[in-house]
Amino acid sequence: MKSLEQLINECKEQAFDLKFTRAKEWKEEKEGRVLVGYMPIYFPREVIHAAGGMAVGIMGGGDRKQIIKGDAYYQSYICHIPRSILELALDKHLDHIDGFIFPSICDVIRNLSGIFRQQKIGKFVKYMDFPQNFLPEIGGVFYQQEMEHVMHYIKEINGVEVTAEKLNHSIGLYNRNREMIEFIYDIRQEFPWRLSIEDVYHIIRAGMVIPVEEHNAILEQVCEHIKENIGEPQDKIKIVVSGAFCEQPAVGLIRAIEQAGCYVVDDDYMLGSRMILGDIDTTTDKPLEAISQAYINQSQYSSSIYDVHDPKEYRLAKIVKDRGADGVIFASASFCDPSLLDAPIFQNAFDRMGIRYIAFQYSENINQFKVIKEQVGTFSDSIKLWEDEPVETV
Amino acid sequence: MAQEAQKEKSMIIQKEMVSGLFNDLAKAKETGKKVCYTFIPGNLSELIRVFDMLIVYPEINALQSAMRKKSATYIKEAERHAHSEDVCTYVKCDVGMMLKGNIGPTGEKIPEPDVLLLSYTGCFTFMKWFETLKREYPNAEVIMIHTPYQENAEMTPQMTQYMVKQLKEVVIPKFEKVTGIKYDEAKLKRHLELSAEAEDWITKIFDTTKHRPSPIDAYFAGVYYIGPINIGFRGTQQAVDYYKELYKEIMLRVEQGLGPITPEGEMKEEKFRLVVEGPPNWTNFREFWKIFYDMGAVIVASSYTKVGGVYDMGWRHDPSRPLEALAEYCMNCYTNLNLPQRVDLLAKCIEDYEADGYLTNSIKSCNSFSAGQLGMMREIEDRLEVPVGFIESDLVDPRYFSYSNIKNRLESYFQMLEQRKLIKAHEAAEA
Ligand code: SF4
Ligand code: SF4
Repeated sequence: MKSLEQLINECKEQAFDLKFTRAKEWKEEKEGRVLVGYMPIYFPREVIHAAGGMAVGIMGGGDRKQIIKGDAYYQSYICHIPRSILELALDKHLDHIDGFIFPSICDVIRNLSGIFRQQKIGKFVKYMDFPQNFLPEIGGVFYQQEMEHVMHYIKEINGVEVTAEKLNHSIGLYNRNREMIEFIYDIRQEFPWRLSIEDVYHIIRAGMVIPVEEHNAILEQVCEHIKENIGEPQDKIKIVVSGAFCEQPAVGLIRAIEQAGCYVVDDDYMLGSRMILGDIDTTTDKPLEAISQAYINQSQYSSSIYDVHDPKEYRLAKIVKDRGADGVIFASASFCDPSLLDAPIFQNAFDRMGIRYIAFQYSENINQFKVIKEQVGTFSDSIKLWEDEPVETV
Repeated sequence: MAQEAQKEKSMIIQKEMVSGLFNDLAKAKETGKKVCYTFIPGNLSELIRVFDMLIVYPEINALQSAMRKKSATYIKEAERHAHSEDVCTYVKCDVGMMLKGNIGPTGEKIPEPDVLLLSYTGCFTFMKWFETLKREYPNAEVIMIHTPYQENAEMTPQMTQYMVKQLKEVVIPKFEKVTGIKYDEAKLKRHLELSAEAEDWITKIFDTTKHRPSPIDAYFAGVYYIGPINIGFRGTQQAVDYYKELYKEIMLRVEQGLGPITPEGEMKEEKFRLVVEGPPNWTNFREFWKIFYDMGAVIVASSYTKVGGVYDMGWRHDPSRPLEALAEYCMNCYTNLNLPQRVDLLAKCIEDYEADGYLTNSIKSCNSFSAGQLGMMREIEDRLEVPVGFIESDLVDPRYFSYSNIKNRLESYFQMLEQRKLIKAHEAAEA
């Protein structure tokens, strides 16, 4: 077993390898392998795996990629991630990726799929319309058709026919992946000092750009390490971060929140890897239906899923309660409509429920966060002061 | 002037239609009619009519508030309630209006919704908007009909079926439940026949910009022309009559060789013909328009007039396939087209209407239009070698309308067009 430090360092390197080296090597190792890039938030990677492909999460260039060409495509009042993704593409970082999937999360990602088409980037470009109708016989069927469409594109490249057996096997691998990620969060709920949120972030983000089998092997070892009583507890409050599901904050900001006096016991940074709660059935002869059922019945709340039948404010309040958190930090990428339009819904409800929160905005390429750090520090101090006051949740 | 008197006839009809609508809304409680809130893109007017409901369009309220200079107050009110400065200002204007008592453009209180019908077409913000409204109106029946995006520049049978199933199994049963009225397909078909007729007329109207001078401005006046077809009258004889009358008036202008009518009378000389992408600014609409007509610029086509439906490529509501027609209508609205489709459509307009330039009015708070506009502009410039221009404003937030900036930019742009014309004329003379 590798040391925890060694594992974290490996993940750190993979997570921000904007040349996607491991994916490229994996593809070259065997004939017929296909790489499929997908944008935030969620895509059922099982489908690509079963088709002999590897899903590569493209989360933008963060503060590690200078934007020169991408800015010419986007006005200043549009979030940063589309320009950094485009920059990666125009600088040929994505050349070995065969096709691209743009999940339906907002109009910016949707229209970015059009720019990819226009620029003829990749062998296929698929805007993946997730259903907003949650009846299995209507939205569920449509979702299966969307997945079949992706499988068809991959088959055109490598000729692989996806069988129920292959798909069930792939689902099993991702079930295990999600299970171990949740284990890490569950351990951290009690013992957040065993692994910093920055390390968790690197570990999960690495899983978006390396084969799932390799990621699972890493997670197995990480889980073993954190079962041990390691690290020193500090006097920090526990908080949940919400709203940062697409464009990612710079790692320095993720770190700064904990340094400023908060243990982050849950977050939505890598929501896509945690979107499905619990396992997807691996025993059926209709695995696409199983994936679609899981999406309909077992999805985490998200800004991109119409929620009036299952309001998100109560879902987040439940997470806060279950994790024993003291409050919430709403972190939104600047100009991120889905996140910013949700903010008043959450905040008005939390005012009523007595859940404490603060909110700020960030941009992936900005790594100066003195003001945010101060704001978080004050938030943490104020909660510590009120420690004895009861907090009413759901 | 005789022409202006004729012009006024269609305007009078339109005014009567709109005020009738607001009167009906004001009397909704007395008449017991149910009220349905829905959006313009993908609006299911014909189906809503079958159930005899009255319609409220939140975006229309927002733009009307802006034209009446009330939007700034509403937006500030919403921002006081945790709404970000950087999101769609239509949403904030609507929320602010609601927080201030929901007094509509006519000064009457807008009735609360019995139904929130989200035909989720072409804009992600619509979904967030209705999530917000649902929290304000917990008793309203919420109905979501998800319109798939034309990501591959097509409406596949699967996409249509997905929508038809939603109509049959979700929308119609819920309408029946709320109104107590049974679904009557024959009635729907009759409305759809009238829709197709109105669509024929409006297509002919926007096609008159082929003439030189163009008898109409397809953007600044165009936004008035699309009113009836977009705000619930599609599918009625009234709309057909209005468009017939309007067409007659416009053709009279063509016969007389007249240019468009502006708020300051007839435009005398047509110097530049433009195609415009993006919605207009509403807070300073008149000032904005004036910059164009003062410079002799007429808009011969615009994408904005296609948000409530794209009819110029031949698509019509087909009464023989009523639910399929509604589904296709939703999928075929402008912002539900993928970017290459949008480029093709605008390129066709530039060619068909012999435009001298292509101008983008980029709206700060509207990602549905704005994200990708620069890429579209580059493509059009490369493909057609047409001079492109770019300005920025906002729909209903006056803080983002900078008159001097826009005017300066447009002046430089028109100078460029002028020079290009001279060069072309020179080349033609030499050839
Ligand atoms: S950051 Fe927000 S607005 Fe930007 S692409 Fe992501 S979800 Fe869309
Ligand atoms: S984002 Fe644009 S299309 Fe969507 S509601 Fe706002 S103004 Fe309308």
